[in-house]
Amino acid sequence: MVEPANTVGIPVNHMPQLKDELDIVIPTIRNLDFLEMWRPFLQPYHLIIVQDGDPSKTIAVPEGFDYELYNRNDINRILGPKASCISFKDSACRCFGYMVSKKKYIFTIDDDCFVAKDPSGKAVNALEQHIKNLLCPSSPFFFNTLYDPYREGADFVRGYPFSLREGVSTAVSHGLWLNIPDYDAPTQLVKPKERNTRYVDAVMTIPKGTLFPMCGMNLAFDRELIGPAMYFGLMGDGQPIGRYDDMWAGWCVKVICDHLGLGVKTGLPYIYHSKASNPFVNLKKEYKGIFWQEDIIPFFQSAKLSKEAVTVQQCYMELSKMVKEKLSVIDPYFDKLADAMVTWIEAWDELNPPTKA
Amino acid sequence: MSSAEINKNEVDIVIGALNADLTQFLTSWKSFFSGFHLIVVKDPELKEELNIPEGFDVDVYSKTDMEKVVGASNATMFSGYSCRYFGYLVSKKKYIVSIDDDCVPAKDPKGFLVDAVTQHVINLENPATPLFFNTLYDPYCEGADFVRGYPFSLRSGVPCAASCGLWLNLADLDAPTQALKTEQRNTAYVDAVMTVPAKAMLPISGINIAFNRELVGPALVPALRIAGEGKVRWETLEDVWCGMCLKHISDHLGYGVKTGLPYVWRNERGDAVESLRKKWEGMKLMEKSVPFFESLKLPETALKVEDCVIELAKAVREQLGSDDPAFTQAADAMVKWIQLWNSVNSSG
Repeated sequence: MVEPANTVGIPVNHMPQLKDELDIVIPTIRNLDFLEMWRPFLQPYHLIIVQDGDPSKTIAVPEGFDYELYNRNDINRILGPKASCISFKDSACRCFGYMVSKKKYIFTIDDDCFVAKDPSGKAVNALEQHIKNLLCPSSPFFFNTLYDPYREGADFVRGYPFSLREGVSTAVSHGLWLNIPDYDAPTQLVKPKERNTRYVDAVMTIPKGTLFPMCGMNLAFDRELIGPAMYFGLMGDGQPIGRYDDMWAGWCVKVICDHLGLGVKTGLPYIYHSKASNPFVNLKKEYKGIFWQEDIIPFFQSAKLSKEAVTVQQCYMELSKMVKEKLSVIDPYFDKLADAMVTWIEAWDELNPPTKA
Repeated sequence: MSSAEINKNEVDIVIGALNADLTQFLTSWKSFFSGFHLIVVKDPELKEELNIPEGFDVDVYSKTDMEKVVGASNATMFSGYSCRYFGYLVSKKKYIVSIDDDCVPAKDPKGFLVDAVTQHVINLENPATPLFFNTLYDPYCEGADFVRGYPFSLRSGVPCAASCGLWLNLADLDAPTQALKTEQRNTAYVDAVMTVPAKAMLPISGINIAFNRELVGPALVPALRIAGEGKVRWETLEDVWCGMCLKHISDHLGYGVKTGLPYVWRNERGDAVESLRKKWEGMKLMEKSVPFFESLKLPETALKVEDCVIELAKAVREQLGSDDPAFTQAADAMVKWIQLWNSVNSSG
């Protein structure tokens, strides 16, 4: 059995790295009491809360946190007709927070994620680890068998080409979860009692050309490097699919990162995932996705972006065209999604005009 | 799966003896080697008699045996660390586990000695998942599974060709790195096994490795010798080259290569700074090898491991031969290896 950390008595981090360069984006429909436990690690940072569901509800935020909050009315007001690309009644709406942020880095976390303990019993400062991951290079071109070579106590192994040891910039840091693992509905139904108790003490770069299932529960990224690709798709209300928002973003992000020579890391930090969502509800949401992903994966595996696509936005627009061309045959949903991808980029560019040098 | 559940008759433990006195080594592994058949191959350049303690089911091969089986001129293929490949050649078993003679069992974080042999066999017996990365690592181990978003059609995995283990204490770092960080020791026990994704290249170390001989035996090629190759790992690259070939062929044939557990405890031997004094040929050769393997495409018609090796050797000769004589020699060695493999393994 694994337990969350008790953070009572841990002083607030008095040397918070990237304090003014990082926003924490949290989607929610309920109160944010869970932040109390995160206070020592997260209080110094600015929060962007994206309130999903009923905008007339008030979200209670613990004292002392500096935040801006957006509900559906705000999203509609700010984006106008372009608000159609932001999901409703689904945590995918969080990507609105990425769009309105003005910071270089984003950390996003779900409101049922508590602080985890490492094997020594110490509370894990997940944000600190994400920052370490993002500030350190990645090594996607050659796999290092001792995992992250830049970590204290590690290095590149014998045979690792010297020309590749400088690494590339890290765009994404994908963290993991103890306790309730991120399983799909069928697996949840078959193994309702399974808990992840294995603390794997490693960070690693996912090799170029390899896709992975990106979970949005405990995720950080360099917004300046990859922000526009972090669109979490059309999910929830009025959509035929749910629980594929982060997956969709992850496949797009990885293809673009591979194309632009950016790195994606996975592994530490762990958070403690406290709530298991209802597997029957999940099954209804995921149902179509389970079939569609069999076609989506080969699509992304073979997606080739042109040499002319040198910015994230250009890459993303090319991808949206390919989605329309190749995936609409599966379901008209992808036609809508491709359009939404374009809308997203247009909205992103409107809210984030290029700064004059 | 415990050691009681693996079939010991399917395994050969192959040890390359670069040290004459194997007493400490074998004694430290006794409980984990018990019940297994061992093949000890003596480095043909080692002059002293081997000292092997009682109580092991072991066949020992030395220079004379090599010459009998492959001829005197070919015996040179198996000098130094490459002596273990002779063991791979003459083995009749399905799985091979190979550990360097300067490694002893490691302890896990709970203080228990790690049964590296059993862990390797478990890795080899379970499918690999090279076509999509599972963020919870090995989906087949107790307490883990495939995560949300992992395509269902890929969940049965593919056969595992090789299991690459790791090292606590003295990690397999190259000479410049170890010389720079003389005091650095690997203390991080990363509790995971994972499949190295298809198309990803990696440096496979020969220090602690296991493979499915029936599946990919011929692909473990004793081929690349750097000039002035020595008797410490810092002065060799044969396993790294072998590993690049093995990975490429595995990818081509749809097999998987795993990395991670088990750990072994690697003892001090040699001097990294001393090894630095020798001209570090390996660096240059690796730099050339990477773009070669990256762009290499084996023909669709190469469906057998032996054919893959031959095709690979052809490509090495054509594309790398002019860069460095070491590559031409490697290509020749790879062809010779397949000839030897076929002749040794066809005769009854």
